Amino acid sequence: MGLKGQKTGSLGIVTTKLEEVVNWSRTNSMWPMLFGLACCAIEMMSAQASNYDLSRFGMELMRASPRQSDLMIVAGRVSRKMAPVVRQLYDQMPDPKWVIAMGDCAACGGVFNNYAIVQGVDEIVPVDVYVAGCPPRPEALIHGIITLHERVKQEKLKSW
Amino acid sequence: MPEFRELTDQDLRNLVSDRALTGETMLLNMGPQHPSTHGVLRLLLELDGEIVINCIPDIGFLHTGVEKNMETKTYAKAEVMTDRLDYLNPIGNNLAYSLAVEKLLDLDVPPRAQVIRVMLAELTRLNSHLVWVGTSALDLAAMSVFLYAMREREMILDIFEMISGARMMTTYVRPGGLWRDTPVEFEEAVRRFLKVIPARIDEYESLLTKNPLFMDRTRHIGVINAEECQRWGINGPVLRAAGLPFDMRKALPYSGYEQYDFAIPTQTGGDIYSRYLVRIEEMRQSVRIVQQALDRLPFGPVRSDNRKVMPPPRSEIGVSMEALIHHFKLWTEGYSVPKGTVYVATESPRGELGCFLESDGGPKPYRVHFRTPSFSNLQIMPILTRGHFVADVVGIIGSIDIILGDTDR
Amino acid sequence: MGDALQAAVSAIQERFAGSVEVDRGETTLHIAAEKNVEIAQVLRDEFQFNMLIDETAVDYWPQEAPRFHLVYQLYSMPFNLRLRLRLSIDGNAPHLRTLESVFPNANWYEREVWDMFGIRFDGHSDLRRILMPYDWEGHPLRKDYPLGYEEPQFTFNFDEIDLRKPKGQK
Repeated sequence: MGLKGQKTGSLGIVTTKLEEVVNWSRTNSMWPMLFGLACCAIEMMSAQASNYDLSRFGMELMRASPRQSDLMIVAGRVSRKMAPVVRQLYDQMPDPKWVIAMGDCAACGGVFNNYAIVQGVDEIVPVDVYVAGCPPRPEALIHGIITLHERVKQEKLKSW
Repeated sequence: MPEFRELTDQDLRNLVSDRALTGETMLLNMGPQHPSTHGVLRLLLELDGEIVINCIPDIGFLHTGVEKNMETKTYAKAEVMTDRLDYLNPIGNNLAYSLAVEKLLDLDVPPRAQVIRVMLAELTRLNSHLVWVGTSALDLAAMSVFLYAMREREMILDIFEMISGARMMTTYVRPGGLWRDTPVEFEEAVRRFLKVIPARIDEYESLLTKNPLFMDRTRHIGVINAEECQRWGINGPVLRAAGLPFDMRKALPYSGYEQYDFAIPTQTGGDIYSRYLVRIEEMRQSVRIVQQALDRLPFGPVRSDNRKVMPPPRSEIGVSMEALIHHFKLWTEGYSVPKGTVYVATESPRGELGCFLESDGGPKPYRVHFRTPSFSNLQIMPILTRGHFVADVVGIIGSIDIILGDTDR
Repeated sequence: MGDALQAAVSAIQERFAGSVEVDRGETTLHIAAEKNVEIAQVLRDEFQFNMLIDETAVDYWPQEAPRFHLVYQLYSMPFNLRLRLRLSIDGNAPHLRTLESVFPNANWYEREVWDMFGIRFDGHSDLRRILMPYDWEGHPLRKDYPLGYEEPQFTFNFDEIDLRKPKGQK
C-alpha cells in the first residue's frame, strides 16, 4: 500500500488497489468456525490460548455458527457418519470461505485407513491449505494460517 | 455419502414421551457441531418450554474403527492407534494396552520403567483435568480459567515433548517398558513444574469454588447418587462425587501404585459442584504422587531384557548378530503372544479404562476391545438432565467429562 | 481364586451348567447362552456382583460353530471381585436375550454388539445402530467384513486412482 500521507499533508489519504484492500480486510479478521472434532481440536484450542496466541492474527473468537464465520478448520478425523454434517456446515457458510484441513486425518485419512474414516476431508469439501502433523503443533497450524493469508492476498477480484 | 432422511414417528415412539408425538413438547437437536458438547456429540432434547423432559444422546460421529484396524497390525504397530482413543489421556491408553500385552506375555517391567510410567500417567491425569477445568469453566462463561489452565498445560506438554518428541500422541509407554530412557533434563523439568503447580491449582479454586455465580450454576444440578451409579456401572469421578471412595489405583493396583501414598477425594453431593471439587482435589493428589515418584526414581534399565519382545538398543546391532536378527524379526513379523484372554483395568481421568485382549497365538491381536469410561458414563445423561433447564445441559455434559474419541472409538 | 469368588462360581456350576477356567489370575466362567439372564440375576442378587463393567463379543469366523463368543465382565463392588462370563453363539443371525432387566447399562453395550457383530438381543428396548450411520449395511467387526482401506497411491497408479477418488466441489 502506498502511504502518500507526506505528499498530501495531513489529509490521511492512502491510495491502493481495490483488491489489496479487500484481501487485507479478509485476512486480518478471518473468523474460524469452531469445528474441532478430535485430538487436533485440543491443539487448535492450545493455539487459541495464550501461549500461541491466534488473536494476534485477527482470529480473536471462534464462531460456533457457520453463518458468521469465514474459515473452517477441519481439525480431526471425519467419520462416515459425520461426513454429511461437514458438507452441510460448509454449504451454510457464506462466501468467501476457506477450508484448512488440519492434521493428518483431515488431510489424507491419517493413521486410520479403514471403513469408518473418510480418507481426507477433500473428498467432501474443497481444501485450501493442508497442515500436516498428528496432531500438528500450534506453530504448524499458525504456519498454515499464514500460508492461507498469503494465498488470500494473491486473490484477484473476478466479478463484482 | 448417506443422504439425510426424516425420522418418522415410528422411530421415535419408544424414545420420546407421548407428549412429543402430539406436539405438546418440542424436540430440539443439539447437533454434532456445537460449541459446548466437547466434541461431536448429538443430543436430542425433548423440551417442555425450557425444562428438559428427556435427553437422548446420539454418538458415533467420531467412530474410527480402531478395534478392527488393530486386528490387522502387529502388537507394536497397533499401539499407535491406542493414543488416539482418549486423546486427553494418551499415555493412559498406552498403559492399559501395554499392561494387557505384558499380562499375556508374562513379561516383567523393570522398576525404573514402572516409576516413570506412574509419573507420566499422573502428569497425563493433570493434563486432562486442566483441560477439563478450562473447558467446563468456559462453558459456564468463566473464560479466564481456560487461558490459565492452558498455560499450565503447556508446561506438561513441554515435558512430554522432551521425552518423546511429540506433545500429545507420544506412544512412549510400550509393552516391555518404555520406548527409551528419559533425557537428563527430565527430572529437573518435572521438579520445576511441581514447584509451580500447587499455587496455580489454588488460583483456579480461588476463581471458582466460592464464586456465587459458579455455585448457582452447579449446585444441586445433575444429581446422581451412589446407588444409581453402581446400577449403571459408572465409576471414576462421578462415582466418587456421589459418595463412594472407589479408585482402580487402590482397588486393583497396577504398575506399582500400591507403593504410593495418596488419598481418594470423595464428596457426597453427587452434583456438578461435587464433581468439580473431586477433580480439583485429584489434581492435588496427582501432584503428590508425582513428587513421591520423583523422589524414589531408581537407576536402571527402562526396557525388559526379553529380546523376543523388546528391540535391542541400536548400538548393539552393529556388533551382535543376534541383535540384528531380533531387530529384523520384530520389525517384519512382530512378536507372537501366547493364546489367552485378559482384561486389564486402569484408572483414567474419566473412570475405568479397560483393555480386553484376546490372542490366538499369532503376531496380531485377534480381538482387542477397550472398555472406555465415556461410553458407559454417557448413558446416564437422561437421568442427569431430567427436570433441569436447557442451560444446565451444557454444565452437565461438562461435568461428566466425556471425550468423544473415547466414546466412539 | 479367593473364597467369595469360589463360592459364587461353585454355586453357578451347581445350578446351571458351566465350566471354569482360571488363567493369569482371571476367572472365566463358560455358561450356556440360554441362561444368561438367570445367571446374571443370581450373581447380582446373591453374590453382589452389582456392576456390569463390559459386554463385548468375539468373532471366530470361519469357524461356524461356535461363531461368536459373548463376553460379560462383572465386578463386585462390596467384595472387589472380577468375574468374566463367556457364552458361545452359533450362526450368522444369532439372537439371545437381553441383560437390560438385570443391568440397565447393558443397553448401549448391546446396541454396540448388534451394530458391530449382528447379534440380536430379544427384549431390548431400543435396538438400533449406535456407532455406524443409521442406514449402514453390514456389521463391521465381523471377520468376513473387509477393512475397507483405501488403496495407496504410488507413482505408477497415481493418476488412475485420482480419477476414481471423490473430490469435494464448492
